[in-house]
Formats: sequence, structure tokens, C-alpha cells
Amino acid sequence: MSESWPAITMQVNGENRTVRVPPMKRLLDVLREDLHLTGAKEGCGEGECGSCSVRMDGELVNSCLVPALQAEGAEIQTVEGLASNGVLHPLQESFLACGGAQCGICTPGMLMAAAQLIERNPHPSMEEIREGLAGNLCRCTGFMRIFESVLEAATQTGKSQAEQAHHAR
Amino acid sequence: MSTAAKTRIVGASVPRKEGVDKLVGRAVYVDDIERDGMWHGTTVRSTIPRGRIKSITYDPGIDWSEFAIVTAADVPGKNHIQLIVADQPCLAEAQVNHCDEPIVLLAHPDKHKLREAVGAVHIDYEPLSAVLSIEESERQEIMVLGESNIIKEFTLENGNVDEAWVQAAHIVEGEYRTGAQEHLYIETNGMIAEWSAAEGLTVWGSLQCPFYVHKTLKSVFDLPDEKVRVIQTETGGAFGGKEDYPSTLAAHAGLLAMKSGHPVKMVYDRMEDLAATTKRHPSRVRHRTALDKDGRLLAMEIDLATDGGAYSTLSATVLSRATLHSCGPYVCPNIRVRARAWATNMVPYGAFRGFGAPQAIFAMERHMDEIAATIGMDPVELRRRNFLHQGDQNATEQLMREPVILNQLLDRALAESDYYSRRERFARENATGHVKRGLGIAAFYHGSGFTGSGELYLNSLAGVEVTKDNKVRVMVSNTEFGQGTNTILTQIAAETLGLAFSDVEMAPPDTAVIPNSGPTVASRTSMVVGRLIERASLQLLEMLCNDGGPGAPATREQFFAACNRYRDAHGEVRSLCRYEAPPGIYWDDKTYHGEAYGAYAWAIYVAQVAVDTRDYSAEVEEFWTVQEVGRVLHPVLAKGQIEGGVAQGIGYALYEKVVCQDGRMANNQMTNYIMPTAQDVPPIHVIFEEIPFKYGAYGAKGIGELPHDGPAPAILNAIRDATGVSFKSIPLLPEDIFAVLATRELAEEPAIR
Repeated sequence: MSESWPAITMQVNGENRTVRVPPMKRLLDVLREDLHLTGAKEGCGEGECGSCSVRMDGELVNSCLVPALQAEGAEIQTVEGLASNGVLHPLQESFLACGGAQCGICTPGMLMAAAQLIERNPHPSMEEIREGLAGNLCRCTGFMRIFESVLEAATQTGKSQAEQAHHAR
Repeated sequence: MSTAAKTRIVGASVPRKEGVDKLVGRAVYVDDIERDGMWHGTTVRSTIPRGRIKSITYDPGIDWSEFAIVTAADVPGKNHIQLIVADQPCLAEAQVNHCDEPIVLLAHPDKHKLREAVGAVHIDYEPLSAVLSIEESERQEIMVLGESNIIKEFTLENGNVDEAWVQAAHIVEGEYRTGAQEHLYIETNGMIAEWSAAEGLTVWGSLQCPFYVHKTLKSVFDLPDEKVRVIQTETGGAFGGKEDYPSTLAAHAGLLAMKSGHPVKMVYDRMEDLAATTKRHPSRVRHRTALDKDGRLLAMEIDLATDGGAYSTLSATVLSRATLHSCGPYVCPNIRVRARAWATNMVPYGAFRGFGAPQAIFAMERHMDEIAATIGMDPVELRRRNFLHQGDQNATEQLMREPVILNQLLDRALAESDYYSRRERFARENATGHVKRGLGIAAFYHGSGFTGSGELYLNSLAGVEVTKDNKVRVMVSNTEFGQGTNTILTQIAAETLGLAFSDVEMAPPDTAVIPNSGPTVASRTSMVVGRLIERASLQLLEMLCNDGGPGAPATREQFFAACNRYRDAHGEVRSLCRYEAPPGIYWDDKTYHGEAYGAYAWAIYVAQVAVDTRDYSAEVEEFWTVQEVGRVLHPVLAKGQIEGGVAQGIGYALYEKVVCQDGRMANNQMTNYIMPTAQDVPPIHVIFEEIPFKYGAYGAKGIGELPHDGPAPAILNAIRDATGVSFKSIPLLPEDIFAVLATRELAEEPAIR
């Protein structure tokens, strides 16, 4: 049955993946059901909670609102692609140290939003962090530990960049 | 006792036990699981609040042979969810008593076929008059449950209230209301069930209390203990919302699995979860208070009513906790509390963090500010004059044996918030600005663990075992859903056994493996279950010592070597302990007197709120929390509990409104049921004063529910301080503020401070 659908190819976490699915199938369902990447979660199905956030061509998107067709040829990054070769991303380290994850259900989306934020703005102010994460709801933490985690990751990234710069000299 | 001793792991902010799994997307929630040959299930629900079911017909346009169809007639055992009273059917049979009550279950291999099928099941009703509010229920004209509509009633009396009024210098009355509140866990309710005649029923799901689900399934399927297996999957938030509802969903998934012969997954979408599952009980609390000329409490008469919804569920125990928290942390010689939970035709209300206490404390702490305003006293001073101290008795005549440091907490809160100088500054600035700022205080306690004799009835069993591959496993039925159960209990076992954090694991949350250490509710896990793990670990060391002598193992290697010797001799290395009440605990369920709780956590919260008189918005700008929760076992997790609870409390006060139309939730979407976002939550300051409690694990008391108790009254007290207007009902939305402020502005009355 699935053979009858046109092939849609996207690069997911650095790998080319082709699926044959109805073109209006939600990217979230393609990731979870067809590619078995269950990190992104469905919290509301209408773009309010941000639990399904992934990065698509460098933009943060709610994958529950993106039809598969729109992802044709796109570069997709999910939470599974955040750590590299078993080394945690600085945000994953700081969420672990600062208590940024509690129940963990918003965490994959929250991490993607935070990654997007600090990539664009390596040293965000508290106001910028609040704005950058405003599309991602967390019911457990009251956001304080998450803000602290993002600040910590930004500080650590800044430090390691400074160290690299120092060594380069 | 270990409380004063220096510790290695307890008290340190070790990484969350399951943290890495959650951070890399590896943690497995129920919707992440696929079983071979799995079908998907859904629910056909009532569309009216009350009525008799006349007929169920299936539209011939659908090929129903592809579906498994379940009705009440398919229930092999008792058609009831087993809670306090078995009055809630698993599936409605002859009559529905609330909207969105489950009637028919459907399953199909393709989940996309389900929506259309639900619409093709037609249910004809003979509508009956419905009761949709506390007031309608207490009129007792239409009886919707039992002979009286009263689900449960408590009277708590102390002294003689009736004689106190004549001695009073002041009598102050007030009525306070709180609305329903949705848990809004980001993971909706979900369950997978698998059935075979040989193995019985197995369910995997998002849940708090595996043995609650186990009990209902045994009864619904008429199966013995060993033929029912409940496995908790990673749970994406609960807050009480997955205390009782998962029993219903597990039964539904199980019935479909049995009927279809396939594993069946049921995961609610957000709209269904919001419309059909439990919420916090709405309440109405009336206070009448007598004071002497110095502002000392002489008498309190409290009438407390909750809307319990259509079935008993947990309303009796929620009401009990509301009753026991209704008088605040104050000394008062004459008290009468009359509390009733009323049945209505609303979706049954259930457990939500705080469990009745936030409702009762909202009324008490708002009322304290009304008293202060009436008698012309500083609300801080009024509270200080009436605080409980060590050696005093509270409303149930429980002697405060442990230190009570409310004055110290209050002083700290005033200092941290710079309370008096800020209020002075706001008074100055408010005179001219459009934005009016104010500060509000709430003082409160929260009882840790089950109420009264509840912990004895639970008779919890928990402990540790050592596996052949040299791992210690913590054996409990207490579950992780974000609050940190895994981490805290692992810390306690590792600390006591002299091992590393990494030497200890949690046994899988599977009723086939774990003992019943009670439900994961009531702020009991750290204090009560943690203590069992501490005792069981000490007992294990003693077992090893007695067995192998001559002393306790001094190193990790000696410990595991001793365990291996013990296993060779006895077959397994396992140490379990049963709950033992602290000495001197006495509770009378009939008179509601005695030791209501083994321990209390205490707190003073301060809210700074800005009310914009142009758009009538109220914004919490800063929040201070000072609390005594016994010893803090993990500072980062503890802070996370307080901050998360405060954020939910802010939502409870200012954002979260369940809009009902004809008994049905009308705003059952995240688009229009609004919780605080990253931009709404203010800086929250968290301060702990630690007094170790000697009967809690390493000095711990309960912490999880406390932070939901204080924010709402503190915020509305701050709004009163800012605007001079006393709002007595939550949620308080801009339109509610507009309704009062706009009228007052027309009258050109100056703000009263």
C-alpha cells in the first residue's frame, strides 16, 4: 500500500532517509512511526506545547504542524541527533546538572528550542531565554531550572570557546 | 539516628537517575511502545450530563466486523473501578451520570479508522435533570447520588464555638471560591494491554500507583493476583492526575485486548484527556471568625463544600485533607469545621497536588487578610500573633512535638523580599502610576503522608535486594514521574549501604517484581518510603553481619562478597521492611481528633504582583518561598519541586479556567486552557530552613505538594494590597478584575490601603 505514495526524502540527523507516506502525514508521525525516532513527543497536536519541536533547515518547527511533503529535501534534527558519538551536547550536560528535566516529556522539544536559541545567540539574556523558550510548555519545573540550564550551557560554551581561543594563541 | 550524621550522597545534587535517557530521547513512554499485532482503541462517550441509555445502534455504513466492540455486557467481573467506594462503572450500562462518560469501546488495527467509527455509534438517551453545581446539589431537589447527594461529610470540633461569639471584640465573615484545575501533564493518559488465557492480563502505562490499577483489573476481569500484571512506563507528568484515572483506562484497554485477541493501545489526544479525565475539586469555603481586641483568634467556624462530580472516586479523602488544613497554622481554642463533598453530574473530580489543601488554604489565608483589614492590623502581625508553636495543639488537638519555626520563616521571608520597604515604595508609586504593585503573604503547613491512620492501613512493604551481577535494587511500587523518586530512593540506599550511587538501581516498576509500598501520592515517598529503604538497608547490613560476621562489610568489595556468601547460603539477598508508625501516634476517625499527620512541612510565601489598570492584567513579578521540609535530600530536585509547584499555583490563581457548558468542558484544548509559559513565570526564590525529622528518611519530610498551597492566596492578597480590592475567587482573570476596577473607577473612589 505504501508503495503507491510518492517517495519523500529528507536528511534526518545527518542521514538520508526516504519514506513513502501520504504527503499530508504529519512530520511528527513520520519521525515516530516510519523512522522510529520517538524522541519528539505529541503533547497537544495543535502547535501549542512545543513537545514535538525539531529543527528543520535551521528553523525550529512544531513537527505536528508540518506535512511530510514540506520536509522533502530538508535537513531535520531531532533530539536523537543532539549528542554526537555518545558525547552529550552541552545543553544535555547542563540540563542534567541543573535539573532542567523532570518528567522528561517536554525535554526533547525544550532541548531543540534551547539549541536553536544558543546557536543563534550564544550569550542570551534572561529575557531572550524566556522568549526563545516561550513556545515550549513545561508543567513540572516552573521553567527556573531550565533557564539555569540554558545559562549554564551558554556559559560553558563561552568558556570552552575562550579556552580554544587561548590555546590558538 | 542518621539525621545528624554527615552524609556522602544524601544531601548532594547527584544527576537524576534516569536523566540521560530523558535527555537523549531514549526514555520509553507508553506511546513510544509498539507490540506485535497491536491494535488501537478508542472510547465512545456520553454527550449529555445525565440520562438513561435507551439504545446503542451502529451505523451500517461501517464494516463493524473489522472492529472489536466492547460494552458493559463484556465485563467478565465487576463493572466498577475499585477506589474508596465502588460506585463508578467501568462502562456505563443503563444510565450516564456525566458528560464524556465511557459507554462503548472500539478497537481496530488502523488508528485512522477510529474517529469515523466513533461518530457512527449512535446512543439514544432519555435525558434526566442534571445537577451541575454545589448549590444545585445542596438544594437536594434532584438526587444524583445516594439519598442526599453527600459523598462524604466531616465535622471537626474543638472547644465551644457557640459560646465564643459573645466574648469577641471582632467577628469577620467571608466566602471564598476556587475553580477546577486541570493537571495538564504534557503526556496525556495512555495504556497498552495484552491478554492471554494462560498469562492473564498485562498492562503498560502512564500511571502513579501500579497497585491501584492492579486492584481494579483483578475485580473487573475477575482474576487472581498473579494473573494481572501492571507495568509503569516512563510517565510524562502526573501531579495526581494519574492516581485514579489509569485504573479506568487500563480496564478499557484490557477489555479491548481480551475481545480483539490483540494487544491494544489507547492514548488519549489532548481534547479527550481534558474533557474526560479528573481535575481539582472546585470549592466554596465560608469563614466566620471571632477575635479578641488584640487580634487573637477566639473561634473559627468553617463551612467547606467541594464539588465531587458524579462518582465518589477520591472525594472523601480530598475532603479529609481539606478539612485538616482549613484552620491554617494557627492556635485557636474554639473550632468547628463542617465539610461536605457534594455529588453533581460533572466529570468526577480527583487528586491534584495538594489534594484539598490548596482550596482550604486559599480560603484561610485570604480570610486572614480580610480580618487584618477589618480590625486594622498589619496582616504580618496578625499571623505572627496566632502562629502555632512547639508544644501547642492544632485543630485536631495534635500536640506539636517537633519544632515549629514559623516566626523564623516569616522573618526570613520578610527580609528576603525586603517586604516593608517595598510596600512603602509601592504605596508611593501607586498613587500616580497606571501600574499598581502590591505584596501578599501566605502562611501554611502541609501534612506529610497519608492522613490519620492511613499509613497504618497501607501497611507498606519496601526494601532492597542484591542481584548476582552485584547491583543493589530498590524494591518499591513508588513511581517516578518527574519528582525524583528514582534518584532520592537510590541516594538513600547507596548512602546507608556505604555504596556508590551507581551501585544502586531501581527494580522495574512492575507488579510482578515489586512489593506494594503504597501509592505515589500525598508527599509520602521521601519521608515514609525513603525511611523504609533506609531501614531495609540497615537490616541488610545486619543480615550480612550476622551471617558472615564479625562486623559490617567495610568496603564495596567486602559488601558484595558478603552478599554472594549470603546468596549461596540462603538463595537470595533481599531485605524488606514494613511501615511502623512513629511512637505515640493516635488518631480517631470518628471524632477527627489526634495525630492527623506524622509530620508537617511549614512555609511562608510572598508574592509581588503588578496590576495594570489600563488592561486589567495581573502579573506576578517576583515570588519568595521560605519553607521547612525537614532535611533536604537533594537540593536541585527540591528546588525544582518548589518552583514547579509555585508555577502551577500561579496558573491556579491567575490563568487556568475550566469553562463548562451544560456539564461539558468547553475549552478542552491547550489553545484556550492557558497555563503559565516561560514568559509568565517570575523569578522564584527558594529558601530552605532545615530541621531534620527523626522518623523520616535521613530527616526528610514531605515536599511535593506544599508549594501548590501558598501561591494563590499570596497572589490575591498582593492584588488586594495593590488595588484595595478584595477578590475572593480564583481563577482571577483580567475580565474579573475589570468588572470590579472599572466600576470603582467610575465611582472615582480612591484606592484604600
